[in-house]
Amino acid sequence: MSKNILIQKGRLINPANQTDGIYDILIQNNIISDISNHIQPNNNFEIIDATNKIVVPGFIDLHCHLREPGQEFKETVATGTLAGAAGGFTTLCAMPNTIPPIDSKPHIESLSNISKETGAIRVLPIASATMKSEGKILTEMFELADAGAIGFSDDGNPIYDPFIMRQALSYSSQLNIPIINHCEVPELSKHGVMNESWVSTQLGLPGIPNSAEESMVARDIMLSKLTGGHIHIAHVSTSGSVNLIREAKKEGVNITCEVTPHHLTLTDTIILNKNLSDQNFVTSHHSYDTRAKVNPPLRTSSDVQSLIEALNDGTIDIIATDHAPHSDIDKICTFTEAAFGISNIETAFSQIYQLVINQQISLHKLIESLTIAPARILGAQYGNLEKNKPADITIIDLNEQWKVNPEKFLSKGKNSPLDGHTLTSKVFKTIYQGKIVF
Amino acid sequence: MIDPKSHILDLDLMSLSQVEAILDDADEMTKILNSDFKKTEELKGKTIITLFFEPSTRTRSSFEQAGKILGADVINIVNSSSSSKKGESLYNTALTIQSIKSDVIVLRHPHSGAPYFLSKLLQESTIINAGDGMHAHPTQALLDMYVMKKHLGTLKNKRIVFIGDISHSRVVRSNILGLSKFGAKIVLCGPQTLIPPDFLSNKHLPENHPFKNIFYEPKLNDAIDQADVIMPLRLQRERQDSGLLPSLREYSTYFGISLKKLQNAKPNTIVMHPGPVNEGVEIDHNVVHGQNSVIQEQVFSGVAIRMAILKSVTQNKALKVE
Repeated sequence: MSKNILIQKGRLINPANQTDGIYDILIQNNIISDISNHIQPNNNFEIIDATNKIVVPGFIDLHCHLREPGQEFKETVATGTLAGAAGGFTTLCAMPNTIPPIDSKPHIESLSNISKETGAIRVLPIASATMKSEGKILTEMFELADAGAIGFSDDGNPIYDPFIMRQALSYSSQLNIPIINHCEVPELSKHGVMNESWVSTQLGLPGIPNSAEESMVARDIMLSKLTGGHIHIAHVSTSGSVNLIREAKKEGVNITCEVTPHHLTLTDTIILNKNLSDQNFVTSHHSYDTRAKVNPPLRTSSDVQSLIEALNDGTIDIIATDHAPHSDIDKICTFTEAAFGISNIETAFSQIYQLVINQQISLHKLIESLTIAPARILGAQYGNLEKNKPADITIIDLNEQWKVNPEKFLSKGKNSPLDGHTLTSKVFKTIYQGKIVF
Repeated sequence: MIDPKSHILDLDLMSLSQVEAILDDADEMTKILNSDFKKTEELKGKTIITLFFEPSTRTRSSFEQAGKILGADVINIVNSSSSSKKGESLYNTALTIQSIKSDVIVLRHPHSGAPYFLSKLLQESTIINAGDGMHAHPTQALLDMYVMKKHLGTLKNKRIVFIGDISHSRVVRSNILGLSKFGAKIVLCGPQTLIPPDFLSNKHLPENHPFKNIFYEPKLNDAIDQADVIMPLRLQRERQDSGLLPSLREYSTYFGISLKKLQNAKPNTIVMHPGPVNEGVEIDHNVVHGQNSVIQEQVFSGVAIRMAILKSVTQNKALKVE
């Protein structure tokens, strides 16, 4: 039985019902029992002073990699959920590209058991769209949905065969569960390790052109139109992708999409030189930083601008981390050999909060993109801080400055290109179902 | 602890005066090379290890020759397939080599940036990049510029034409960085499938970027017209198989340098090639051995340049222990 918690004098921001004001919040029996201007404390209450802090619904991450089972040296449900809690998340949707992939009911049940036993916060499983994520035979989606799958994806790889994609969208449509696709035409991205641009030309690294993503986004829009199935585009990274999605939404296509913190804030020049502000284009021994190797790759500043605009105008529905923890062996090597992926769940909010400071997005938009917007895609009750709802709450100090030190991450993945960066805003407390988990 | 600046990673990390100093010293080294007794003691007591993960004849042997003439001890680890087949990482191999007290590691690796990776991790050995993937080959570019300067006097405003597989060429990238320091006019030529998009059009390049000085000429005749230097690049046979070209035959018809096509260039233009040559593909046999060719001079100068570089990295307080 968890204690009663009284959060005092915080600025409650709940985009689900447009609340923004100073309130006291009482948690009893894991439920938000009261929200008022003033709640009289008593001796049974654990008091959290949230003065000068914001109090928001616990964040929901629709896209992360917990690596369990199979790659526990990179991350486990235990470490990944602790890291999520440190990042202000109370719900994580785990991608199924584990070893073996989550492609059957027993696999889902096993993951659910691991999550119940070792998870600090809620873990919702995404199941493979095809058996072994091989792109050939659909998984038993009805049974997987009954077992708790909240989406279907072969993430890490695209669903390559357009016929299979058509069937996946069609078969899943009666379940109201999205097909989440990692859009990448492999023949166009072949051997590519970073964005195709003048930076890749200068560094002599094979590039991945924007069109590798955009041509599959276009295909998926057509197939969603054909079938009515819900396509959710994972980690959009290019101007062209958001333009296609914007037009599709105008036409009423059943499409949603997400963007990651790194694609919203970083460009490929970080691989050339950490400090391009002096407009020199010289390499240094910091060049080829494998921690900035990610797929889709970090793009150019004009792509970043387009993504920010698309988030603001509603073309992009949500922010999801694509938290991809890796071990040192995967990253202490040449850029070519290094694994794709960034460990970012603990820096996600603060990283994007830079955009709020720069007045490129509003604080409300940022919180909405991490709470009620992903909850809508899930069709779930989470992401809404209201009376009688489960007490998933995050408290953030917007003024605290901190220096990113990946060695202090709770995640096993220390692969962060933000190492040494100073960020403003830090998660102060995370409460999951009435329990303080961070 | 080594000053990170002492590694030779690429020419963008060297100033014009550093480049000029090496080219000047190469003149002195040429005198030693041409003397009857080719041995000095300048690098006596230093150990140089050449660590090559790709086959090489001229680069590896010229580093070895350069080191030995200067009195250094040189150990060659060729292809290193032994350790990489055992699953040993580049990092661990390099640590092992550092631990046997190598002063200089000359690294050739198929992955772009491999010498940068090692320079971050090694504390005691100076690294010389002898070619990394498609990225850079700074000592080749230095020897190319040395030969060009000898024939042209100055490089300023000289028209230097590179032809062929620009995309995969580390030689061209380093040459661009070096030649642009001297104000040369750099022209690229070849089918578009072999040219990176940002060399075809520089509209996405930021202002002041060294690649802004590059011109693309799609037609060979236009490119070599008034050229001071023509450098066809080796065309790997894989490029045909990987779909970048319909056939080597068409390539050599339209972009191969023959004596006939050379008639459209200035009579005193020089023809260079970073080697190894694919005779009959990018360049004809009788051009390789013809009067405009300075290809053997490049090989000879490679030794002198590498002597100058080895001297500079070992004597430049590079090995000062802090």
